[in-house]
Amino acid sequence: MKRRVIETLALAGLRGITACVLLAILLMLGSIAVGGASTITWEFLASEPVEGMTAGGIFPAIFGTLCITLLMILMALPLGVCAAISMVEYAGQSRLARVIRASVNNLAGVPSIVFGLFGVGFFILFIGRSIDRVRGEGLLFGQPAMLWAAATLAVLVLPVIIVSTAEALNAVPRSHREAALALGATRWQTVSRVVLPQARAGILTGSILSISRGAGETAPILFTGCAYFLPRLPVVDLQIPFTSLSVPMVNPLDQFMELSYHIFIMATQSTDAAVTRPIQYGTTLVLVGLTFALNVGAIILRSRYRSRHGTP
Amino acid sequence: MATPIVSAVRTSRRPGPQPGAAPPATKVAFQGMGFSYGSRRALKDVNLEVPERRVTAIIGPSGCGKSTLIKSINRIAEIAADIKVDGQVKIDGEDVYAPGLDLVDLRRRVGMLFQKPNPFPKSIFENVAFGPRIHGLNDRAGLEGVVERSLRQAALWDEVRDRLSSSALDLSGGQQQRLCLARVLAVDPEVILMDEPCSALDPISTARIEELIDELRDRYTVVIVTHNMQQAARVSDRTAFLLNGELVEVGGTETIFTAPSDRRTEDYITGRFG
Repeated sequence: MKRRVIETLALAGLRGITACVLLAILLMLGSIAVGGASTITWEFLASEPVEGMTAGGIFPAIFGTLCITLLMILMALPLGVCAAISMVEYAGQSRLARVIRASVNNLAGVPSIVFGLFGVGFFILFIGRSIDRVRGEGLLFGQPAMLWAAATLAVLVLPVIIVSTAEALNAVPRSHREAALALGATRWQTVSRVVLPQARAGILTGSILSISRGAGETAPILFTGCAYFLPRLPVVDLQIPFTSLSVPMVNPLDQFMELSYHIFIMATQSTDAAVTRPIQYGTTLVLVGLTFALNVGAIILRSRYRSRHGTP
Repeated sequence: MATPIVSAVRTSRRPGPQPGAAPPATKVAFQGMGFSYGSRRALKDVNLEVPERRVTAIIGPSGCGKSTLIKSINRIAEIAADIKVDGQVKIDGEDVYAPGLDLVDLRRRVGMLFQKPNPFPKSIFENVAFGPRIHGLNDRAGLEGVVERSLRQAALWDEVRDRLSSSALDLSGGQQQRLCLARVLAVDPEVILMDEPCSALDPISTARIEELIDELRDRYTVVIVTHNMQQAARVSDRTAFLLNGELVEVGGTETIFTAPSDRRTEDYITGRFG
């Protein structure tokens, strides 16, 4: 009798806690949706801020976010996947390998503002200024820019990508590696033809999840490249050699506007935070929608791979 | 001849050493071979000669070093652990632990069937074609030829000829193990190592694998580790008994199972321990 009472109470408690968590999420998303829904119009999404950023749209911020996320993926994904492959498939169990593994795991827990400061110190002041010194043509690389902001974000998501990729690789049974090696496959043939095809879904979903986390970060880009307001997009016309044609290209050395930073300044730095409230809601909704889309993409990808291969 | 201790010993072995015929050449030779995982000693001073185109069975209780012994031949024991080898393991007189040895070539010449069937999560065709592909065969007709020949050799062709492109994981356990054998045969090995290849299979599948081993002996040197005394007696020409990392006795299978010279061998095969 007593056991049944405890059982009932425990179950009720657990249900209550679950409900609280769900409620909190629903409240948050709900208020964002309700507050932002009326703001979101085609005009809001496709135009620039006007009148001292108290009216107009957020197109430059969306554009900047997409550019920087793409640039971050280009830098972090190949590097992270390669690092994980070398850690899992090649490094073995030496002392050095264990130290590196532990460092990567710890790196994933470093606060993002620390990465931001690292970005300023390492990418802008060290690498950027060094390039400028060698070029000798004044300041170009040694200042905040999309390139450095993306690099900083890449460093932030790198350990997460490495850890999730390593997990996906470790999930491939050892017997498959043995079978391939015993047939005379080299390490690389084993990795590329047996391990990676099986781990691909896990690597992709893990990477997308970490990227969606990186896409919403503010602290790392705070000092490394995002702008309060830019009257133009970070685009430059690139002359095609030997022709009179030119194509617009994203300029990675320019500064940029970004959604999460835009929310931050709208809420705290604006001349009149009350007037910009609809813009804040709208921008937040767009940012949440963007990361949500990435997460849904990851889920779809995973289920598609699962149904095709039977097991994850 | 004495009454066999294990009744399964076949008295009429098919190829059978003809009286007066030249003894088979030694394919694999262990010479004073010792093997350690880190500080744990797995094998001590093993001296064993494996004759060419014969089936050699390795028997012994769990943990006696049977698997290590055969995994040291194709050097697969070392992929997940730090190991130390002394003495020599020779194939055709060539030490496989010599510096500069071509591991890829060694493992092509020495195929292996594992304890549990381990087909890749690929199609049946791609499983068998895997070996030839990594060794550079890429034209479709050539691959199809190899795949068919190997599947026929593994007595699987008739069961799968209509579904070569379906997943290998849809096959039954016994079929998977025969697929793994076809995968090994596809790279044209000289030696085939089998690490308890039937321990995960039902009796009927086991019988089919044993039939296959019997057919393989004409062309390949087979070394099979087994827990199953009857199996060793049924399939092998020679049997080696291993205990605590030491080779206790090796001889013709009939001799080992009818008149073992070592007391410990007799105790083991009559089931007094192990």
